[in-house]
Amino acid sequence: MNSIEQGQVMTANRLRDGDAVFLTRAGIWSEKIDDAALVQEPQATAALEARAAEDVKATLITGQYLIDAERVGGKIRATLIRERIRTLGPSVRTDLGKQADGTQGAFAAVEG
Amino acid sequence: MYRYDEFDHQFVSERTAQFRDQANRRLSGELTEEEFRPLRLMNGLYLQLHAYMLRVAVPYGTLSGKQMRQLAYIADKWDRGYGHFTTRQNIQYNWIKLEDTADILQALADVEMHAIQTSGNCIRNVTTDHWAGAAADELLDPRPIGELIRQWSSLHPEFSFLPRKFKIAITGAPHDRAAVKVHDIGLRAHKNDKNETGWEVMVGGGQGRTPMIAVTVREFLPEKEVIPYLEAIMRVYNLYGRRDNKYKARVKILVHELGAEKFRAEVEAEYARHPSQTTQVEQRELARIAAYFAAPNFEKLSRFAPNFESAKLENPEFARWAKNNLAAHHTDGYAVVNISLKATNEIPGDASGEQMRVMASLAERYSFDELRVSHAQNIVLPHVKLEDAFALWQVLVANNLAAANYGLAGDIIACPGLDYCALATARSIPVAQAISRKFADVAMQEHYGPVKINISGCINACGHHHVGHIGILGLDKKGEEFYQITLGGSSSENASIGTILGPGFAAHEVPDAIETILNTYLSLREGHEEFLHTYRRLGPKPFKEALYAAA
Repeated sequence: MNSIEQGQVMTANRLRDGDAVFLTRAGIWSEKIDDAALVQEPQATAALEARAAEDVKATLITGQYLIDAERVGGKIRATLIRERIRTLGPSVRTDLGKQADGTQGAFAAVEG
Repeated sequence: MYRYDEFDHQFVSERTAQFRDQANRRLSGELTEEEFRPLRLMNGLYLQLHAYMLRVAVPYGTLSGKQMRQLAYIADKWDRGYGHFTTRQNIQYNWIKLEDTADILQALADVEMHAIQTSGNCIRNVTTDHWAGAAADELLDPRPIGELIRQWSSLHPEFSFLPRKFKIAITGAPHDRAAVKVHDIGLRAHKNDKNETGWEVMVGGGQGRTPMIAVTVREFLPEKEVIPYLEAIMRVYNLYGRRDNKYKARVKILVHELGAEKFRAEVEAEYARHPSQTTQVEQRELARIAAYFAAPNFEKLSRFAPNFESAKLENPEFARWAKNNLAAHHTDGYAVVNISLKATNEIPGDASGEQMRVMASLAERYSFDELRVSHAQNIVLPHVKLEDAFALWQVLVANNLAAANYGLAGDIIACPGLDYCALATARSIPVAQAISRKFADVAMQEHYGPVKINISGCINACGHHHVGHIGILGLDKKGEEFYQITLGGSSSENASIGTILGPGFAAHEVPDAIETILNTYLSLREGHEEFLHTYRRLGPKPFKEALYAAA
């Protein structure tokens, strides 16, 4: 059994093209949710928020917010269907978006 | 078709240059998102789940072949090879980059198109009957008055910061295909006994979280008074419309709170304050605009086209498509061709760049270079000779555009839903696809007869679920998508808002639920009664019983 680690991930849209991006431990924005920093402590959350606010000023991203997520077997699963769709692309056009570019998350919007 | 004059060209190109500068200032950090957001929205640019989305206006739903080709070019060059035709007769692109947007707006301006007033709290793109200028039942073409309203409302400083968005729809036919009673203002043409044209003015309709049917404030407004009278309505709304709560800011709430009588009195008082002779539209200007919409040079043809009749006899698939997708034209020997963008398992309203080019070519070759976008997310070729219908259909077949389900259960309206939209609470498209697969057999759809199934992925009701004969609303319940079903809605001249049947369903249960509803109708209908009539005769009870009996 893989352990499940719960927490939050910082996400935003990249300013120039609107792509969904996720903040990593290294402080850069990745198109792939699995690269994201999953944090639990208020201090760590505050650090992500501070970094995101700086990157808004630096015109890298816009519309940043924290999402609930969990790490399962090394992969990050967003809690909400909406956020899973953002990590994949449209469920009705699997030829498009992250799922077609190789940057997709590992969890479908609806499982089973 | 309307052609831009110098003024139109100038203001569209100035707006494009202005947006280029604004986007550059945003990208350089000179403008914050808070500052930029209203500016991009004034140009139809939204931020959605995967990218920016650009909503392009198709004024009163009319396009030329050249314009449709340009839409295809934009889809291929700056998007992912397709576009989504919307319930407001617009087209949306789902994968736009901010850094490309000014170039796209320029490409639109090159063919006399733009994205102005497709968003924000202004008078939005005016919509009309998609069979305008062609339908057999039409009193007059509603597009000249639509163009007049477009010119009056575009960048109108007094009406650029309304309490909320404002939508106007116009029909020139007694049979309402423009859903005028569920718009902020609906206009419907009438002729009096002297054969003069007048417009019935309806105000306060709408969908969204508070659906309402519009009330008539004037039965017969002379055409030259349309603009000053609309101005009086807008002034009353601008003054009294609520700005404290965006959910109560639409004019429908004002009409409802004041009461129809009081609202009408306010409008008439405002109207009386301004001497109408100084604000009336000059006959000369009306005639100038109307000339752009002059009927094409129709040939004198027989009502009977032998090759059309023989093609139907020889080819049952063509006969079926002709029966379901052609509509009566006002001129003998012609038909209105409805191209369904709802082939089985396809996404309602989506067309590829290639399909757009095919439809553009067909319009140029067979329909006097005219296309229409319908609010039901289909494309119309308004003026096709019956004798050309078979050749045209063969091209449609080769391009997956020949679905013979126009107006039937497969002709589903669906908003983009949670697959694309940042506001959505549930997905719409997969549900539409599942229903279309369930009823893939067109013979079965014909058996059920005319029925409108409309799906929205949130309470904002872009998918018109309130006025679907069968409406489906996707909601979120503790992280799960579920779907509420309403029955008995209609956007026709006998408009009504649907009634919620009962507890919602999981996505996978919806197609069976729709089948149960339709089979219940079949067992209860009298003669050739249509679904909506049976529902109106019997009410929700038998449908509710059938649907929830097993549960």
